[in-house]
Amino acid sequence: MIPSSFTYKRAGSAEEALDLAAEHGEDAKFLAGGHSLLPLMKLRLAAPEVIIDLGGLRDLSYVTDQGSYVAIGALTRHHDVEHSEVLGREVPLLAYAAGQVGDPQIRHRGTIGGSIAHADPASDLPAVLLALDATVVARGADGAREIGIGEFFQSLFETALEPDELLTEIRVPKPAFGAWSFQKFTQRAIDWAIVGCAVQDGHVALVNMGGTPLRAAATEAALAGGASPAEAAAHAAEGTSAADDIRATRAYREHLARVLVSRALTEANSRS
Amino acid sequence: MSILGTRVIRTEDPRLLTAGGVYVDDLRTPELDGAARLTFVRSPVAHARITGIDTSEAMSEPGVIAVLTVRDMDDLAPPPPDDGAGGGEGGPLPLGGPWSEPLLAVDTVRFVGEPVALVITDGRYQGEDAADLVSVDYEPLPAVVGPAAAVTDEALLFPAAGTNVAVTNPVSTDDTPFGACEVVVEQDIVNQRLACLPMEGRATAATFEGGKLTVWHSSQNAQLCRLILCGALGMTPDQIRVVVPDVGGGFGAKVGIDRDALVVAWAARKTGRALRWTETRSENLVGMTQGRAQLHHVKIGGNRDGKILAYRIEIIQDTGAYPRTGGFLPGLTCLMAPGVYDIPEVQAGFRVVVTNATPIHAYRGAGRPEAAAAIERAVDLFAAEIGMDPAEVRRRNFVAPDKFPFQTKTGALYDSGQYAEALDKVLAAAGYEELRKEQERRRASGDVRQLGIGVSTYVEITAADAAAGETAKLEVSDDGTATVYTGSSPHGQGHETAWAMLVQDELGIPMDKVTVIHGDTDLVPIGVGTHASRSLQLGGSAVQKAAIEVKDEARRQAADILEAAEADVVLDTVTGLWQVRGDPDTSLNWAQVAGHASGGSLIADVSFAADMPTFPFGAHVSVVEVDTETGKVTLLRHVTVDDAGPVLNPVLAEGQRHGGIAQGAAQALLEEVLYDADGNPLTSTLADYAAITAAELPSYELVESETPTTLNPLGVKGIGEAGTIGSTPAIQNAVVDAVAHLGVRHIDMPTTPQRVWTAINEARKASNQ
Amino acid sequence: MKVDLTVNGKDITADVEDRMLLVHFLRDVADLTATNVGCDTTSCGACTVLLDGESVKSCTVLAAQASGHDITTIEGLATNGEMHPVQRAFHQEHGLQCGFCTPGMVMAIASLLKENPHPTEEQVRSGLEGNLCRCTGYHNIVRAALAAAEVSS
Repeated sequence: MIPSSFTYKRAGSAEEALDLAAEHGEDAKFLAGGHSLLPLMKLRLAAPEVIIDLGGLRDLSYVTDQGSYVAIGALTRHHDVEHSEVLGREVPLLAYAAGQVGDPQIRHRGTIGGSIAHADPASDLPAVLLALDATVVARGADGAREIGIGEFFQSLFETALEPDELLTEIRVPKPAFGAWSFQKFTQRAIDWAIVGCAVQDGHVALVNMGGTPLRAAATEAALAGGASPAEAAAHAAEGTSAADDIRATRAYREHLARVLVSRALTEANSRS
Repeated sequence: MSILGTRVIRTEDPRLLTAGGVYVDDLRTPELDGAARLTFVRSPVAHARITGIDTSEAMSEPGVIAVLTVRDMDDLAPPPPDDGAGGGEGGPLPLGGPWSEPLLAVDTVRFVGEPVALVITDGRYQGEDAADLVSVDYEPLPAVVGPAAAVTDEALLFPAAGTNVAVTNPVSTDDTPFGACEVVVEQDIVNQRLACLPMEGRATAATFEGGKLTVWHSSQNAQLCRLILCGALGMTPDQIRVVVPDVGGGFGAKVGIDRDALVVAWAARKTGRALRWTETRSENLVGMTQGRAQLHHVKIGGNRDGKILAYRIEIIQDTGAYPRTGGFLPGLTCLMAPGVYDIPEVQAGFRVVVTNATPIHAYRGAGRPEAAAAIERAVDLFAAEIGMDPAEVRRRNFVAPDKFPFQTKTGALYDSGQYAEALDKVLAAAGYEELRKEQERRRASGDVRQLGIGVSTYVEITAADAAAGETAKLEVSDDGTATVYTGSSPHGQGHETAWAMLVQDELGIPMDKVTVIHGDTDLVPIGVGTHASRSLQLGGSAVQKAAIEVKDEARRQAADILEAAEADVVLDTVTGLWQVRGDPDTSLNWAQVAGHASGGSLIADVSFAADMPTFPFGAHVSVVEVDTETGKVTLLRHVTVDDAGPVLNPVLAEGQRHGGIAQGAAQALLEEVLYDADGNPLTSTLADYAAITAAELPSYELVESETPTTLNPLGVKGIGEAGTIGSTPAIQNAVVDAVAHLGVRHIDMPTTPQRVWTAINEARKASNQ
Repeated sequence: MKVDLTVNGKDITADVEDRMLLVHFLRDVADLTATNVGCDTTSCGACTVLLDGESVKSCTVLAAQASGHDITTIEGLATNGEMHPVQRAFHQEHGLQCGFCTPGMVMAIASLLKENPHPTEEQVRSGLEGNLCRCTGYHNIVRAALAAAEVSS
């Protein structure tokens, strides 16, 4: 219930955050909304010695229209992504999906950057960003670099971020068409997705079908080849490695993936 | 006009809504100033020999006051041997001898979560740190996981007992009655293990000062706590005070005082320090007793005209690592096995087995939901077999209204019931015919989303311990206020409001002048407490009885003051004034009358016991939608009749029905305690245990029905558990009904999407062969 | 470390462990015990308070994170002794039984109604997916939320 002891440091700026990260190295973890990290620490599954609180970096919370893409500050809360006028207009898939994360209290704290840096394959937003072909901006001591979302998620809870790098921005290209859908299958509304699926203009990404969010490549290829939603969806589970757990077996997850992708493609078509 | 039967909002609420309740962890009483914190060290393995405990590292942590194990318990007597008789609900650790349960583990741990040691620290936070540093060596033993494995006796929890079967009540295996039936159906049914999950977990504080032990405990029975403490600690009642403050839910799991809390009390006495213990939710989900956990094999036989002729239920009760309740729970299941039906031949029996899991105890319904779930499933299976509408089959088998009091084949005496009327009411309210038509439409069009309509008709036993009664002391003071000291122990039921209503009704003292006191053995030394849906019929009747006695004495006093004959003195219960009949100038108020009595107050100290338990009953209709591609179930509507006799306060009664329905729905749809093959719990946090939320439930549709009993002056039965008992089978039946046309005959609970989808697939495969 | 919070309009400064959770700060330092702890996985919502006017689960916020911010607990919801519409509605509609989940439930609904003054029943129910109650079956809690919305309009 109680995290083990740590030292709390509050960063006043991105530079300060990076300095603190460099100073403490592997002993330190960034704290954004805290709704991925603190739950782990309370169960003592994580025990960093130093916590660098990014909560004060208000200048990293924004959603701005940059013409060909929408720029989202890494510390933008799910609540603000959900209610963003810009995203509601330009990338409704992301706005909608952000509203499906957790519950209202969680959405008032959790951030998009925190969520994707945590890289839980059962999270909603990583798959959404994968379907949107987003890029992320990471800042290190030597400056900033862009990482394509396809390279960002490497394995279970592992991203391309270096330990001394800070996620500062997510760049979402504006979709060409409005053919989107987000299907999240759960037992209860509050649950993590047993399986989920994000569709945008023929891109299909899967939640919780492997150690990272996955593009349903075979489905996308079938669609590009003129297949109907139902035909294309039949390939949804190919190339995935879904888990067996108390909620679902692998076989059931694969079945759900096919059903959800079919429904998502149909819904997406109805929107375009 | 009487206040009884009217809607009265609760007197408890303003405080709870503004300052908040005072639960054990909230207590700021001066006696607990500077109290230290107690944190348990619990077994992380399901079954093991303890080969060593090293407390040295923990002892050297800053803020650690003490680290205690069973070796420090030299001031306690060993548990008494027992001749093997089972314990009752709330009884102290009942089965002694080879089944003994120690307070702290001695040389064996038998479930994940079993307390092995404890640390006492200055502060709350240090407790977890220190507990992590206590090093315990375990030599694993084969884990017995699940009752089916336990019954084989391949691995034993208690070698001295020679078996895992702690209690047996053999079932008849005489198949002759079934041989006479045109149709016989058998089914294995799982009534799964559930977490009780009160929102407040277990919490205890204790001080030992000047030879007196004071224990604050989140409990359903303060007086029973004291009794158990006496036995466990070798003390006498005058040496112990138990205080039960506000309690954040109980549901049966907080009956009396349990093992961990006894350790807290012992540790306070041992160390002389004031101590506080508040468990975390993770501890609660392995350490608090759990509910249900029965395997059923049912056999039902009858004729094609719908008449049921024979019913057998064989139960294996998983009791967890220690048989705390003996045969009590399955005994009730057997007692209520035939439900509302008049079945000529009923065979019921059980075996209780120990497993390396959390011990089982009462959970809302305590043995009766299991009975209802089994017979209601069996009736639906029978109905499906003979191709008759499930509501119609039920109608053809009810105990007729003119048969009451009705002696069942299992030894229960049902006081009153109108089962057919209840069914008719609920079917009408649900619009049953329209629902069946909608179901037909969706089946004909092959809709992915199929409709399921489930029916249950149930009866249950409340105040099973009616003979133990309940106490009430009523004092009217010379300031015109009244104080009720009740033996009942409300933890959400609203007794303060209800008992005040009874006083106002009988005496005309307005509710805002009535205080209700409960849960402190110094103020209420004798009482039974709140469980088994007993409090209104016994506790309420006791309050009314005390009020009548006070009224009788008040009449004597008033007659004396007014110099009139007692027969001429009347009480106006609207104004609360005593007067000589027809002479308003002679008015006396309660303050004056009480002031005239010796001691300056009117006191009645009574108890009320009933001869027999009562049997509320009802009927539920549940409407679900099943997505046949994914198996997901959505509960669309839930309509109920729950008849517990006259309703004292509809607000309170409805609340009890709502809460019961939700917990019953949770069992049917979502919740289940799971273990892996090594006995490790898989649902030990609320992230994994699928507790039901508002998002999974509709608003409920309640129908009124009041069939009184003659067993108490209020004519009432108990409503607290009825909603749970009726809802689970209706919902389970609805889910099966939704996919019955695809060939599915049974789906075990919880009806998770995976289970439903698997059932659909298997039925489709079977029909393709 | 030193933290400085404004709780129910009152400034509270205290020296606490860096790891202190906001819920324990409220209960043990500010002595406001109405807010309860119901779980350890951010699941139950019993600890819900308002942080800068928005509902948060105070068990998953460090007191340090809340330093410099405004916290409102149920003890601070009434103004000048007058119950907030949500509190009043809970009383009128029998939206509580044991009362343990109630402070968190009330604060969650207060926040919900601030953001969506006229919710549908479905929106209320999904808005409360992070708040568990074991006693009421949620029926009257939902009625209370809708009644409070009605009154406030």
